[in-house]
Amino acid sequence: MHTNKKNNVDRRSFMKTSLLASGGILFGFNLIKAVNPESLLTDAVSNLNYQDFNAFIKIALNGKVTIFSPNPEIGQGVKTSMPMLIAEELDVAWKDVTVAQGKLDTKNYTRQVAGGSQSIRFAWLPLRQTGATARAMLVQAAATKWGVSIASCQTKNGFVIHSSGKKIGYGDLVVEAAKLEIPTNVTLKKTKDFNIIGQDIKNVDSSKITEGKPLFGIDFKTPGMLYTSVIRPPAFGQKLLNFESAEAKKIKGVIDVIRFGDKIAVIGESTWLCFLGKKAITANWSSNSTLENTEKQDEDLITLLEGGSIKGVKLKTVRMDGDLETAFSKVDRVIERTYEAPFLPHNTMEPMNFYANVTADKIHLVGPIQTPEGSANRVAKLLKRSPDEVLLEMTRMGGGFGRRLKNDFVLEVAEISSIIQKPVKLIFSREDDMTAGFYRPKVKYRFKAGLKNGKIAAYHIKEAAIGGNINKSRANFFPAGSVKNYKVEVAKLRSKVTTMAWRAPISNFLGCAEQTFLDEVSEELKIDPIQLRIDLLNAADSSDNRMEYSPKRMLEVIKMVKEKSNWRNAPKGTFQGFSAYYSHNTHVAEIAEVVVKEGMPVVTKVYCVVDCGIVVNPLGAKNQMQGGVIDGIGHAMYGDLDLKNGTPQSSNYDRYRLIRMSETPQVETYFIDSDEAPTGLGEPTLPPAAAAVANAIKAAMGIRLRKQPFIKNWELNIS
Amino acid sequence: MGVFKLRINNKIHTVDVDDSTPLLWVLRDSLDLVGTKYGCGIGQCGACTVHLNGYATRSCLLTVAMVGDSAITTIEGLSENNNHPVQEAWNKLDVAQCGYCQAGQIMTASAFLEQNKNPSSEDVRMAMHGNICRCAAYNRIEEAVVSAAEKMKSNS
Repeated sequence: MHTNKKNNVDRRSFMKTSLLASGGILFGFNLIKAVNPESLLTDAVSNLNYQDFNAFIKIALNGKVTIFSPNPEIGQGVKTSMPMLIAEELDVAWKDVTVAQGKLDTKNYTRQVAGGSQSIRFAWLPLRQTGATARAMLVQAAATKWGVSIASCQTKNGFVIHSSGKKIGYGDLVVEAAKLEIPTNVTLKKTKDFNIIGQDIKNVDSSKITEGKPLFGIDFKTPGMLYTSVIRPPAFGQKLLNFESAEAKKIKGVIDVIRFGDKIAVIGESTWLCFLGKKAITANWSSNSTLENTEKQDEDLITLLEGGSIKGVKLKTVRMDGDLETAFSKVDRVIERTYEAPFLPHNTMEPMNFYANVTADKIHLVGPIQTPEGSANRVAKLLKRSPDEVLLEMTRMGGGFGRRLKNDFVLEVAEISSIIQKPVKLIFSREDDMTAGFYRPKVKYRFKAGLKNGKIAAYHIKEAAIGGNINKSRANFFPAGSVKNYKVEVAKLRSKVTTMAWRAPISNFLGCAEQTFLDEVSEELKIDPIQLRIDLLNAADSSDNRMEYSPKRMLEVIKMVKEKSNWRNAPKGTFQGFSAYYSHNTHVAEIAEVVVKEGMPVVTKVYCVVDCGIVVNPLGAKNQMQGGVIDGIGHAMYGDLDLKNGTPQSSNYDRYRLIRMSETPQVETYFIDSDEAPTGLGEPTLPPAAAAVANAIKAAMGIRLRKQPFIKNWELNIS
Repeated sequence: MGVFKLRINNKIHTVDVDDSTPLLWVLRDSLDLVGTKYGCGIGQCGACTVHLNGYATRSCLLTVAMVGDSAITTIEGLSENNNHPVQEAWNKLDVAQCGYCQAGQIMTASAFLEQNKNPSSEDVRMAMHGNICRCAAYNRIEEAVVSAAEKMKSNS
């Protein structure tokens, strides 16, 4: 069983206290360092200054607590769940806590913010220790004041209570507590004593969202700010030859049209004027190489899967157990299937945008980005400035799904501002956003299983992709360790098309392919598909320390979803499909239900069971689970992006279909009761969803879906 | 360019913009009413939904010149204190994930519930079909619209 990184941290390395002019106390800590234990600050606390702290707990004289968190909110709920961890150990009532977005100063970043599904996992111990440290200092202040032992004092809801019954509020202790040394050893609460963790806590920004307050990057403005929108090469691999902008410049309110690299920026007084200006420009593009087409890419990927070589690229082995060749030569039957998925844009509802004001003495950047440090450094390098001159502030993000890990748009706006010497806001039109690249990798898998005596004796995964490949970690996912003869091979086809992590990277389609394949294997073996998984998991080699999943925890989620869904006893006309997948340290099992209406499959319900350890905020967790399942189904059913002459053939929602409410199933969510440390939930319910649906559609209609988008395969099969 | 007098959230605003400017960008860039969101610009996603004389309308397709003296309501003017039954249901059920599309969802739902006081769940699913939620918080959006409908029924 894979063990998590050690999370023991010396709190002195990221925490400091001070008394506020208002009389309250401020516990400053570096949240980024706190959750990244490998990058500690110097041990010499006296060498630190307050610039090193980007997160604070403020306790006012009236006992009210404010937690300033710099962690950006993408929609996965960490702006709520992370402060919950602090408040729990501080032992205050959640109603007395306010969460504020801390201002960020990138020069104090030594590491970027952890990606979505890892936030809670890494924050679990450090943030609780931070809260517990503050609490210990308040208790010590009370004990000193009363002349009693620390052991005779308890805390509850923001009060220190002595065994004699007398009590004092935290607000009355902060002046004394601020004078104390920061303790090095604090005790954390036991799971059974949690008051906040495990409760349904509402999103701290909910009311601002329903009132339409300016929270997002696209809403940010400064006086005198201009707008800009950019024309980029329409096809991957193209260069800008020349362009004509006289017509654009005639539009009143269009201020300038500039070239930077192979791009053209229109600068104007409003977003709309920039869009108008772009339409009025004619540009000529060229290419040194052949522009890519989907059909050719498909051919090349198949060639790679079949062992061929394309531009020097061939399959290479990532993991190999046992003797595959001999094992396959001795089996009764071989089943081999190919599964295919297209490029997918991220399509965050808030299109890419960023603000920059590059001046002689500083570079001010504001907007939605998940990688502030990397972005600030890249901007400094691009403009040949010192990173110390960059101030980057993060805003709430209208979705991420991986797209905002990339900082192309930050570099673009910084360059534009440095050319025009004015504060400016870059906005991508939806068309810009969808065609600019950084897609989910285009992938094909070939799965091959050798069957002997009703069991899988050999298992071979081949992957050919444009973009990401199965890495060492994912090669250790199920069924690695459960099948003696096992091999994973991958090949990465060179391409001009840019790719990027997309919600549940690699797993998002690997999960679909694998769980569909196992359904096909169970048909071949004529055994129940759930029983096939149970048999494999029971056969797992417990001595294989590379395995990145727990067979025991996987068996638990499978057992529960089978029970909850009344497996194989669905009402007449309702067909079920099963899928189970581990990713982001979380185990998930799902069963989808499909009915057929007017010859079309309709997904009516999905049962989803997760083991994500202790559930910090069930209210938020259920929302993430439902969203992940529906997102997984939507993209598997409809998501598609073809290229013709290097140009994406979908550029807006009229030709790119996203799932809508009338197409969504009800998702019933269940948790395994656990005392284990929490793991991620923003992504893991997505990978199994597509296969659960594909397997249910097979049961309902006899159509086996191996190629996304399903809707296309299905139409092809019907006609 | 032209000068336009617009009645937005019961207040008259005067703007001087190109005739072709969609109401969306007038709201966002000229009037600082940024609660109305840009999503697609072609009326496909619903993020820019406002009320035009009480009806849910895509502000990205409605040019400023077409508005005339119609009454416009944006998310900022839907209620005095964030207390429209739809907003209350949204907050009670903790609907939002990233939150970006939610103003559009709320404006569609609130206009729909004025027209249909007693919607079936199928009515709700069809009425909300035009609003995309990329986080796919659809189960909760649906639940919130149904809950708001019940509240509005018991209030009337």
